Amino acid sequence: MGPESLEAKQQAAIEEVLKAYPAKAAKNRKKHLGVGAPEDESQKTCGNVRSNKKTVPGVMSQRGCAYAGSKGVVWGPVKDMVHISHGPIGCGQYSRAGRRNYYIGTTGVDTFVTMNFSTDFQEKDIVFGGDKKLDVAFHEIDDLFPLNNGITVQSECPIGLIGDDINATSKMYAKKTGNTIVPVNCEGFRGVSQSLGHHIANDTIRDYVFDGNAEILGAPIEPTEYDVAIIGDYNIGGDAWSSRILLEEMGLRVTAQWSGDATIKEMAQTPKVKLNLLHCYRSMNYISRHMEKEYGIPWVEYNFFGPTQTIKSLRKIAAFFDETIQQKAEEVIAKYQPMIDGVIAKYRPRLEGKQVMLFVGGLRPRHVIGAYEDLGMEVIGTGYEFAHDDDYKRTKDEIFRSTVIYDDVNEYELEAFVKKLQPDLVASGIKEKYVFQKMGLPYRQMHSWDYSGPYHGYDGFAIFAADMDLALNSPVWGHSTAPWDKEEEA
Amino acid sequence: MQNVDKIDNGKNLFQHPEYQDVLKNKKQFEGAWGAVDKAKVEEIAEWTKTWDYREKNLAREAITVNPAKACQPLGAVMVALGFENTMPYVHGSHGCVAYFRSYFTRHFKEPTPCVSDSMTEDAAVFGGLVNMKDGLKNCAALYKPDMIMVSTTCMAEVIGDDLYAFIDAAKQEDGGEHLPAEYPIPYAHTPSFVGSHITGYDNMMQGTMQQLTEGNKADEKKDRINIIPGFETYIGSLISVKSIVEAFGQDYIMLGDHSEQWDMPAGKYEMFAGGTKIDDAKDCINSKATISLQKYATAKTMKMVTKRWKHAGGTSNPVGLKGTDEFIMKLAELTGKEVPESLKAQRGRLVDAMQDSYPYMHGKKFAIWGDPDFLIGMVSFLLEMGAEPTHVLCHNAPRGWEEEMRALLDTSPAKDDLNVWAGKDLWVMRSLLFTEPVDFMIGNSYGKELMRDTGTPLIYIGFPIFDRHHLHRYSISGYDGALNLLTWITNKVLDQVDEETKGIATTDYFFDLIR
Repeated sequence: MGPESLEAKQQAAIEEVLKAYPAKAAKNRKKHLGVGAPEDESQKTCGNVRSNKKTVPGVMSQRGCAYAGSKGVVWGPVKDMVHISHGPIGCGQYSRAGRRNYYIGTTGVDTFVTMNFSTDFQEKDIVFGGDKKLDVAFHEIDDLFPLNNGITVQSECPIGLIGDDINATSKMYAKKTGNTIVPVNCEGFRGVSQSLGHHIANDTIRDYVFDGNAEILGAPIEPTEYDVAIIGDYNIGGDAWSSRILLEEMGLRVTAQWSGDATIKEMAQTPKVKLNLLHCYRSMNYISRHMEKEYGIPWVEYNFFGPTQTIKSLRKIAAFFDETIQQKAEEVIAKYQPMIDGVIAKYRPRLEGKQVMLFVGGLRPRHVIGAYEDLGMEVIGTGYEFAHDDDYKRTKDEIFRSTVIYDDVNEYELEAFVKKLQPDLVASGIKEKYVFQKMGLPYRQMHSWDYSGPYHGYDGFAIFAADMDLALNSPVWGHSTAPWDKEEEA
Repeated sequence: MQNVDKIDNGKNLFQHPEYQDVLKNKKQFEGAWGAVDKAKVEEIAEWTKTWDYREKNLAREAITVNPAKACQPLGAVMVALGFENTMPYVHGSHGCVAYFRSYFTRHFKEPTPCVSDSMTEDAAVFGGLVNMKDGLKNCAALYKPDMIMVSTTCMAEVIGDDLYAFIDAAKQEDGGEHLPAEYPIPYAHTPSFVGSHITGYDNMMQGTMQQLTEGNKADEKKDRINIIPGFETYIGSLISVKSIVEAFGQDYIMLGDHSEQWDMPAGKYEMFAGGTKIDDAKDCINSKATISLQKYATAKTMKMVTKRWKHAGGTSNPVGLKGTDEFIMKLAELTGKEVPESLKAQRGRLVDAMQDSYPYMHGKKFAIWGDPDFLIGMVSFLLEMGAEPTHVLCHNAPRGWEEEMRALLDTSPAKDDLNVWAGKDLWVMRSLLFTEPVDFMIGNSYGKELMRDTGTPLIYIGFPIFDRHHLHRYSISGYDGALNLLTWITNKVLDQVDEETKGIATTDYFFDLIR
């Protein structure tokens, strides 16, 4: 590397990136880009970036919408309910089964996650309203899928614009049948990203699951002193299962998963737990705060990516309980340490010093940094699709070195940053994947774990390490340049 | 716990005994019927396989379950990416665009550029004019496309934004810095609550052809043929069609040619590749003929071309033997040339292959779903092979399609057992497969759950295909495309024969080495 410091390179990259914009857009984007320095207390947020603001039009943002935040993230994985995409056909189709929210169940009979239920709005529904159609849809669902434990209505854009009253329609049907019907006003145009959809969905859980006296199947859960709930784990590739195992091994009882592989019963009974364990702060801090206020349940953020953070988190969680749990937590840590040592011994030499740029959503832009660093890899850039200030504040504690921070980065910017900073690996979403692979850059999708995973917990870390090695050390990247284009060896 | 020497991902990891315990243990907290009363789940699962369930299922009026169609702007985005250096621009919320890009990218395993102007609540109240002004300017400044093609999401359609006026206002305000007056920005209204993705394709193609050619009509027509592929998701098909036209030595323009855009070589990334030249598109009104390869995906476009532009040509669906024959005869007629020897030889090879493989497809029952034009071509081919398309399902069937498909099926000796299902979804298909089973299904990745539930083998042909690789690179059009279809279907039939006869000392007398 030349004399130029990493930080100087990063600052220069930002300045250069901004040059291509028309003045108004440049002024806006400047506030969303910065260089984060570890332990720099003068920074209000990591890199002093601004966030959760409207996307600049026309720039090819990677953001999704409120519907995606509610149907796609929070509600969609609840497996024993039917989630209606209420409106035109597209939203439900594009978001069908894309997030890999694993669950156990007989799909189409007692569980419905990977299916697509839509009211398929036609012009007449727009003109005359769709409330009647929604009511008929409820009846048809209950006739054909009698083992559903409730229905949610995930509003698409037109619903809020044409003046439909899904709340009244849902309430009426719920009253008539005693079923749990949850209307969610998560129209895609609300807010600036997925984030508002998370919030709206959280509020509906409060209103219709906690306060709505949702009917539950089977015996109620008899509380114990060691009950906890996993909040904000969508069980992507089975993440919640590889987390759950550790919590159970340390003597805790996980009575609910929110919302990967969840049932409405688990959620409804969560107010009985002693502690809420919050993984994705961004998408489920709202309901955690509500349970704290309403039921006095404390919540604690944890991070199960990579052994360093996992160990820290296990101890942090154990500290809420008695010595037995604390002792067992140490036993869990000790039990897995040899395996983790083996994983690091095997992969670290193959990955050491490789630089990574991340762009993801939710918790990952900060939470996965530790996992890379455990493997000796260096994260030099990160950013969130839909974070708020509190996420960027938390990010300050997670970075290891000067890190370029980009909020709501768009296609143009990310490409420019990668070209300028030349990381060895880019880790982001499906829309960006092939852009960088075309350039010959190893790439991992960090929304879906690139169809692998789980990545949470100790067992997940072993898979993570193997996958990063797979990506970085595959022979395929060496084929990009043809032999006739290769420089003559000296 | 993981074994460092053999790290298992989720597929095997969760089969480890300690994880099986975790999953079993979790059941005590669950409220799903499977955790509470397994027998009830089995009872209902069995009921879903019955005629009683089928009748209820077919009577649904309000809820669509597992659709086989998408919405208009998806088709508009495809049109835009078939033109040289053209950015698809969707006026509305950016969530939609994230979905279109993911959907195409998962299918093609290729980048899919597309911008939106990120309309939010204030735009819903005041209209999206400011978004359009900023969006077009930013898009032009950052990505420097030679053309921007504007379509709409349902949000913009519900509030009634006026694209023509907005684009004009955007150009005025920009004052020519990024958006000169002559900068081409064709547009189309593509409401998601009308038709499907093929309607959006049609609207965007029609709008583009009309707007780009305004004032360009010459007195004399050129000896040139326009080819409109339609919502074509097989890259190889575009190449096959072009090679057929080229074999005639005919000058042509393919309008909307995304064969290079979604098939970029590795080594470097450029946002745009290939596509119809903008100058060609501006002059397409002066071609003597236009052939659309997908009648139902270009109804509005072809109405303009034949009625207003008075072009010869019409529609021709070059999927299967007869479809390709008709396309070639149409070209022979329009060019006044003999069918080239190379094509005659290709046809001969296809027929030879069909005659080699016919015993394996003959009499086999198929269920098939997809877009209306795709189905016309595919069903023709199945009939040419003596197969029986028992269930032909088209969720986005436009007017007239059902009758055309019925007439096609009526040419089969098995016609009384062949059914058309227009406007039905794949949950209906599930009932059909349980009550009137078939030997094979032909369809997209959404057939995967049907394969799991009913045990019917799935032959992956259609769109979208997310979980099998590279099929979209092949052709299903022309004689070479028909040969691919024949190969995929025949070999799947043979795979299935092997699957059913591999039982050691029970069925493997029929596990023949030679077939």
